[in-house]
Parts: sequence; C-alpha cells; structure tokens
Amino acid sequence: MIAFPVLSLITFLPLLGVLLLMTVRGDEKSVAGNARSIALVTSLAVFALSVYMYMGFDKASADFQFVEARSWFSGLNIFYKMGVDGISVFFILLSTLLTPICILASWESIQKRVREYMIAFLLLETMMVGMFAALDLVLFYVFFEGVLLPMFLIIGVWGGPRRVYAAFKFFLYTLLGSVLLLLAVLALYHQFGTTDIPTLMQASVPLEMQKWIFLAFLASFAVKVPMWPVHTWLPDAHVEAPTAGSVILAGVLLKMGGYGFLRLSLPMLPQASEYFTPLMFTLSVIAVIYTSLVALAQEDMKKLIAYSSVAHMGFVTLGIFTLTTQGMQGAMFQMLSHGVVSAALFLCVGVVYDRLHTREIGRYGGLVKNMPRYATAFMIFMLASVGLPGTSGFVGEFLVLLGAYQVNTLATALAATGVVLGAAYMLYLYKRVVFGELTRADVKAMTDISPREIAIFVPLIALVFWMGIYPSSFIDPMAPALEKIITRYNEANAISLPKEVQP
Amino acid sequence: MELIAVLSPLLGAFIAGVFGRQIGDRAANVVTCALMLAAAVCSVILFRDVALMKEPRTIELFTWIASGKLKVSWALRFDQLAAVMVLVVNLVSCAVHVYSVGYMSHDDARARFMSYLSLFTFAMLMLVTANNFVQLFFGWEGVGLMSYLLIGFWNKKESANNAAIKAFVMNRIGDFGLALGIMAVFFVFGSLNYDDVFSGAAAMKDVDAIFLGHEFNVLNLICALLFVGAIGKSAQLGLHTWLPDAMEGPTPVSALIHAATMVTAGVFLVARMSPLYEHADAVRAFITVLGALTAFVAATIALTQFDIKRVIAYSTMSQLGYMFFALGVSAYGAAMFHLFTHAFFKALLFLGAGSVIHAMSGEQDMRKMGGIYKLIPSTYILMWIGNLALAGVPFFAGYYSKDMILEAAFAAGSNVGHFAYWIGIAAAFMTAFYSWRLLFLTFHGTPRADKHTMDHVHESPAVMMIPLYFLAIGAVGAGFWGYQFFVGEGRANFWGGSIFVNPDHDTIEHAHHVAGWVKLLPTYVAAAGILLAGIMYMWATGLPGKIAGAFKFVHGFLYHKWYFDELYDKIGIVPAFFIGNKLWKIGDGKIIDGLGPDGIAAAISGASVKTGKMQTGYVYHYAFAMLVGVVVFMTAYIFLMQR
Repeated sequence: MIAFPVLSLITFLPLLGVLLLMTVRGDEKSVAGNARSIALVTSLAVFALSVYMYMGFDKASADFQFVEARSWFSGLNIFYKMGVDGISVFFILLSTLLTPICILASWESIQKRVREYMIAFLLLETMMVGMFAALDLVLFYVFFEGVLLPMFLIIGVWGGPRRVYAAFKFFLYTLLGSVLLLLAVLALYHQFGTTDIPTLMQASVPLEMQKWIFLAFLASFAVKVPMWPVHTWLPDAHVEAPTAGSVILAGVLLKMGGYGFLRLSLPMLPQASEYFTPLMFTLSVIAVIYTSLVALAQEDMKKLIAYSSVAHMGFVTLGIFTLTTQGMQGAMFQMLSHGVVSAALFLCVGVVYDRLHTREIGRYGGLVKNMPRYATAFMIFMLASVGLPGTSGFVGEFLVLLGAYQVNTLATALAATGVVLGAAYMLYLYKRVVFGELTRADVKAMTDISPREIAIFVPLIALVFWMGIYPSSFIDPMAPALEKIITRYNEANAISLPKEVQP
Repeated sequence: MELIAVLSPLLGAFIAGVFGRQIGDRAANVVTCALMLAAAVCSVILFRDVALMKEPRTIELFTWIASGKLKVSWALRFDQLAAVMVLVVNLVSCAVHVYSVGYMSHDDARARFMSYLSLFTFAMLMLVTANNFVQLFFGWEGVGLMSYLLIGFWNKKESANNAAIKAFVMNRIGDFGLALGIMAVFFVFGSLNYDDVFSGAAAMKDVDAIFLGHEFNVLNLICALLFVGAIGKSAQLGLHTWLPDAMEGPTPVSALIHAATMVTAGVFLVARMSPLYEHADAVRAFITVLGALTAFVAATIALTQFDIKRVIAYSTMSQLGYMFFALGVSAYGAAMFHLFTHAFFKALLFLGAGSVIHAMSGEQDMRKMGGIYKLIPSTYILMWIGNLALAGVPFFAGYYSKDMILEAAFAAGSNVGHFAYWIGIAAAFMTAFYSWRLLFLTFHGTPRADKHTMDHVHESPAVMMIPLYFLAIGAVGAGFWGYQFFVGEGRANFWGGSIFVNPDHDTIEHAHHVAGWVKLLPTYVAAAGILLAGIMYMWATGLPGKIAGAFKFVHGFLYHKWYFDELYDKIGIVPAFFIGNKLWKIGDGKIIDGLGPDGIAAAISGASVKTGKMQTGYVYHYAFAMLVGVVVFMTAYIFLMQR
C-alpha cells in the first residue's frame, strides 16, 4: 500500500499546475510557450503518479482502496471521502493518459489565450479524477457538475463558429439532469442520513423510492452517455469543440454516465434496475441502430464519429444492464476501448483539420498518397472502431453481445446489426477521405504527420493492440468489483444464476 | 515447427509492411518469399507428422480473453483437418508470393502488396489452427480485412474501393450470423473451446432453446447461424455478389484469396463443426439445396460473361457450391478433397489468366483477345491443364474429387441428395462448356486486339511461370495422390477424430457402391460440354450471337447476374442511406431538437411567432407520440420476451 493520500494528490496536482500557470508573465509568445510546457509537465507528472498508484493497487480485491476520509460538513455527516476500486481506477488512468495527449494535440492548433486554455484543461483533469475517485455523493455531485464548467469554456471560447449554440444546447440538456440528480441525492440523504457511497451501496431503499431515484439518475446519466433520444447535443458539441475538447469529451466525459450507472444506480437501486431493464435495452438497441444509420448519412467527419460514439455507447448500456459477468465486463471494456479509439479518431480528424481547416468529408480524398503514415494510423483506429478481432474494439463488443445473448436474444440480434452498419459507415468514411484520386491542389499540399503527432498516436496504437491481444490485463482487475455488483443485484432480486440448458 | 509454419508469414508481413520503405522493394520481396517458403516447408513436414504419422497436437500460446466462465486462449491446433488446410494455404500462398514478384514488378507499392499477402496468409492460418470459436472468429475477420485491403489495393480506382467495401460489409453480414452462432454455442455449452463443445454435442441433440421468441432445436439453431457466416465468406447464393466484384484486386489476390483459400473457409468451418452438423439434419438438408443452387446459378452466369477473371470467379462460386452440397450429405471428406484439388487447379487458372492479362497489356475482356495460343504456348498449355482438371476429365485432379461429390450426393438416397446430384450434373455440363468457351475465345480464332497490343504479346518471365508449373503438378496429380487418404479406403484412418461422421449416413462409403452410370455420367456431360463449346466457338462462331439474340430475355437475365446487385441496391443500400438521412434531419433535427432544446429556446424567445410555431408543433407532436409509442411497444415486447 501507498502511505500518502495518493488519490487527493492525483486529483489536486493539476491545480498546482494551474497556480504555476497563473504566475507566468511576459510577452504573449513566451507566455504561450511556457504555458504549454508547464501544462505538459504537470499532466505527465499526474499520469506518472496515477500509474504509480495503479502499481500499488490490489487487483484481486473488490473493495475500495487508498481510501481517505476527512470531515467536511461535520454537522451534516457529509465527508470528503475518496477511494478507488477496479472500476474507477481505469477511468482515472484513462483521464490522466488523455490529458497530456490533449495538451500535445493543442500544441500548435491553439494560438490564442494559450495560458487560459491550459488552465481549463488542468482544471478539467482535477474534476474528472475527483469525480471518479469520490466516495461521497455530495463530493461526487460537486465534481460531476464541476466537469462541465471547464468543458463549457473550452467549447465556448476556443470552439467553432456555432459554439454558443452548441454550449447552450449542452447546457439545456444537462440542466434538467443536474437538478434531478441533486434531488435524488437529497432524497437519499433524507432517508438514510448519510451520503457515503459505500454505505448506500449496501442500503435497502424502498422499492417505490428506488424507481423514482432511478429515473432521476437516469435523467442525468443518460444525457452524459448519451443515450437515445437525449444524444443530439453531442454531435453539435463535438463539431464546435476544438480537437482536444472532442478528445476529452468522447474519451472521458461520455464515460461519466456509464460510470454513474455502475457506481450508483445498480448497487443502490438493484430492484429498480431490474424493473427498468427492458427500457434500457430498448433505448440501447435504438441508439445502436438509429445512430449507425444516421452516421451513414453524415458529410462532416466529426459528426460522423460523434454519431458512431452514440452507437458504441449503446453497446455499453446494453452490456451494463445484462447484469451478466460477460456483459458487464464487456461494457467496462467497451468504455475503455472507446475512450482510446474515439479519442484517437478525433485526433485523426484534428490532424487533417489543422492542415485544411475543414471537416467536410468531400473536400478530402487520396490522402494515402501524400500522407501514408497518417493513413496507416487512421486505418488502425478505424478498424478498432469497427471492432476487428485483435483490436480493443472487438473484445468489448463481443463480450457485451455474449452477455446479452444469455438474457435476451432479440436485443442481441438487433444490436449486432450495428456491427454491420458500423463497418459500412467507417469504411465509407475512410474511402472518401484517404482513398481515391488525389486531385485538389490544397489537399495535395498537405504534409504527413509530424514527430509530435506521431508521439501522440504511438501510445494509442500500442493500447489498441494491447487491449485487443491481451485484454486480461484490464479485465482481471475489474472483475472482482463488477462481480460484487452482480452478486448484490442477484441477491436483491433473488434471481437464481442464469438458467443453464439442461441436457 | 508449428510456430514457424504459422508465424513466419506474420514476421514477413511485419518486416515488409513496417520497414518496406527502408529496405526497398527487392528486399521486401526476398524476405516475404523466403519466410513463406519456410512456412510451406514446415507445413509439409507437419502434414506428414500429423496426418500421415497420426500425431495431432495442440500448442497453447497464452490466454486471450478470460471473463467469468469464458476462457479462450491463443492456440495452434494441429489435427488432421488443420494440417490439410495449413498445407493447402501455405503451398498456394508460397506459389502466389513468388508469382507476385513478377506480376507486380511495375507497381510502385510492391512492399505493401507483399506485406498484405503475408498478413492474409497469417490470418488464414490462425483461422484453420484455432482451438476455439473466438480465435476462429479472429482469423475469419482477419482474412476479411485482408481481402478488403487487397481488393482495394489499387486505391485510386473508385470501382476497386467500392468492391472492397462491398466485400467487407457483405462478409460482415455473414459474420453477424457467425457471431450470433458463437454466442448461442456459449449459451448452450458454457464454453467456446472446441473440445468442450464437440464432446458435449451429442447430449444436446434433443434440447430446445428460445431464439427471437421461437423455440428451436439448439444444434439446428447453432448450425444455421454458423452457416450464415459460411454463406458470406464462401459466396453462396444470397451473399455472393461481392465475389465477382472482388476481381478488381490484382490477379494474384484473386488466385490466393478468392479462389484457393479464403473463400473455402466456409467449407472448412462446416467440416470443423462436423460433430455439431451431424446432429442438425434440417440444416444439412438446407446446405445441400443451397449448395446445389449456387453451383447451378453461378455456372449459368459464367456462360455469358466476357471478363476472363469474372468467368473464373463464377466458376469458383459454382465449385464452392459443390463442396457445400457434399457437406450437406455428410461427405465431409469429399468436400475437403475437392477443396484440396480445387485450390491447385483454380489457383493455376487464375494465375494463368493473370499471365494472359500480363501478355495482353492488362486487357481482361475476352472479346478483345483471341489468336494468341502460338504466341504464349506455355500459358496456353497450362490453361488447358487447369481446365481439364476443373471440368473433371478423367485422371486430372478434379475428376477424382468432383465425381466423388456427385456420387456421394446420389448415394445419400434422400430427395435433396438426388436434387443435388442432378443439379450438379447440369452444372458440370456448363462448367465444361464455359471453360472451353474461355479457352477458345482467349487463345483461338482471329486476333481481336489492336496491333500494338498484339506486337507486345509475350510469355511471362520465369518467376511467374515456375509457380504455374508447380500448381500444374498439383492440378494433375493431387486427385490421384489424395484419393486414398481423403475419400478412399484409408479415410477413417487419415482423418482420425478430426471429422465426425454419424455411421448412419456415411455417404462416402455408399458412394463407392453406386451404379455404374452414376459414376460415368459426369464424365460424359463434361465431354459433351467441351464438344459444344468447340462447335460454338471454333467452327460455327456465328452461333452464340444467334442464340443470345433468340433468347434475349434469358441471356440478359444471366448476363446481368440474375439482377442480384440491382435488387440489393434497391432493398438495402438506397433505403439505408435514405433512412439514415431522414432519421438525422427529421428524427434528430426536427423531433428531438425541435421539442427539446430548440423548442424550449423558441418557446422562451418566440412569443411573437407563437401561432406559426403552433401548427408545425402539432406535426412534431404527432411524430413524437409515434416515437414514444415505438419505445413503449418495443419495451413491452422485449419485456415479454424475457419471461
């Protein structure tokens, strides 16, 4: 075990970087240069620390580890409590990995207000890590909402021409969810007199109350995932956000919803979860098919990938609510894989956007000729997104469908059509951008990826194959925590183990 | 030894693919070919050890996915069936690698091409040596990917890119079935390892399970779903339209992937799963009928095509149909035998066609060929050998395997068996006809190419001809040599436990005792087909045009490939894009956004235009109510199905 409060350190170390950034003085150019370096060094240090934390993590345990508890609102029985289990530890690693990548990706494309931009990103990192590490509902809520603030700024200040519309839309969607989430937290506090998550995970909430709280949670988490039909903020937000904003949005922020279901809804509300499973399946299946078809019709690269994200997250919600070992591990794995792959795909869009300043698919074509390295990297991520065996995308989808089949064959068959459609829209995108005749002069003038961009892609490519070929390094540590949720669910619903076929 | 046989192509692909630019094309050629040769030599030795010396073995590498009771490993399973496949794959692949050095010598991405070929070979080897369903799926999708990359190798060409996407997506439709089948296997057996599943199969033969709300016999269900994968990969009727289009790829690719190896994966799949299929009588009957129909339909289309590669492509599809109806009547050995011989003579035909195309400066249309047999005599003779083997002329390879299939179908004694036999006879007649039509149109008659092309007609270099000679040896001798092992007296001994045949339907045994005319008829119809082709394309050359004119409708129907492409376009592709667009513009844009954020925004800011908004608002309300209805309905349905 690690002797010092490692989680708090990981959470608040970025704030130290923020302080440093605030002291930077000088002319605009040197401020920008220093700001980039400070942000990069800080985020790398945070990543190193989180890896160190992971090395001390007991992978066989289902319990919360590195737990810190300090009195916060002492009279109200509300604590500052942090801790990680096999679920949250991976999300923290994902967040701390993607932050330095985002900073590197913004190295040249962000030229105005660089210092403020970097501050926003480090602030965002604090909020994300804090959210995944929080073990108190109030603390969780603070971080959960806190994430939005820097994200708003990133879209609203450094975004594209329709950034105000996109930010407003995002705001409207999240507003409703936030209010209901807060109400649910208050209701739980009122009932049990505590906001301690591990305690509430064991509490037996009355059935009627479970249903209402489940719906309140759903309102908040569904927007984040996003589930159909509350997904329409995502394409606009992605289109308007700068590249790094899209990366963190797709890579980490979309996982907040899935994490919420796993951490709060299922353990605290097992009976309501069972009650609403058909609804969740339906919405997941619609998300997969509907958004895959929509993705097919897109002319904007970012929109296409945004819609594909919704489809992939449909697999996640499907897997979570199967409540089978394979389905839940698959959903977790799919979230991690999507965190890497969709982030990488947005980076791929960023690479060509930086050069030609358009996201219109039809403006490109024939890039394989002058950008062969880029074409290879894009190909790998495209295939991972399609779920080719041997890449990370396969393991998650496969396990989700394997789990879902044991529960509901119809939902499985419908969701599996998404795999066919996914191949169609991704290959169609790739063909239009990378293959074909290189005709336009400005496209011809585009240069292949730089060493900086290679440095961004290489770790992501390595992860894609690592997760695809030896997924056990990821599945094994998360298994105990997920198994605990399943056991609790089954006990609460008195469900016997999945029906075996008797010979 | 096992590792070299399987992994050296991967190494070659890696070196040529990653360092191709640094080491240059020449070195990439040498490295990939040398490693491929090493793999081929190892697979010959392994074939001797495993299949002839009866020492099957399985090598576990490391755990791949472990999730709950699901545990699958990367493993190399070398039993007799795998050893045969590894032998075929590596030998043909080796020949194609060497051939490609010559064929692609003018291309500026040679290293990439060689890398793809090697990577394909690796994926195929992983498929056939899998010890569980997930690795099988890895190889299955892996070969699909490489097929996609190689069809679209000339990625400047719009048609090549479209053909590549078509191949991948159609295969994905098949894989969709295969994946569901794998999930059903896990649901029923609780494991995805072959040994667990096969040993538990017999106990499951009368068990039913619910799928999509209906009750099915589990083994029939599993076999049907797995077979959907085979339909896609092996281009059987229904999911076949990608295969002819796949001829957009370079010719060596057509030979290796779309004739000799990848497309036979479906045949291998069913043979591998014989312990399951033997208990799924309904599915086997379906396979028999579908295989026979495929053999027939593909042969009719081949009669009318003018692209030399497309004719051979349809011929491949037709021959795969033969293999499938052999599987359908439990003659797994015969199907594998035909797979084995077909790999040699079909690769020979494709590479020979490549040699012709090479000689004709890239021309593929047979209407612009003719009169070149004196100019490229070696290629001409090799094409003769390939055709003789394909048509099943006595003592060439195809004679042994195809006749065996037809006899087994007849000997099955069932209605579907007889159906397959007679359809197969008709297809055999057409096979002989279109093969010699191809030969005569290409090599005989008056030259129809322009003078410039004719002046440049030349025999291919040695690096291309040597693989052809090697394959020709196979096309002549593989049948004679393999007969005793695959389907003859030694077959039970040869296959060991790798193929399971229910003693009640050992059709190969019965096939040895069918009436004489059953055995002779295929040879007679082949001779008749050759004769008719000779009459129509050598002596009475005006006849084909007259017949086509007289039966315009039939000819047009066949020439347009039974209009499958047009049909799929209308019912699949166009609607998918249309619906996608509508869901985006109306579903997302008007209904969800209109009622959600934009609607609220409008409601807050737009009191002045309220009346106008109201009316459109009603339309949205209707649509929204419909959407809610759909959700409720589906929820209820899924809810009920769960019970």
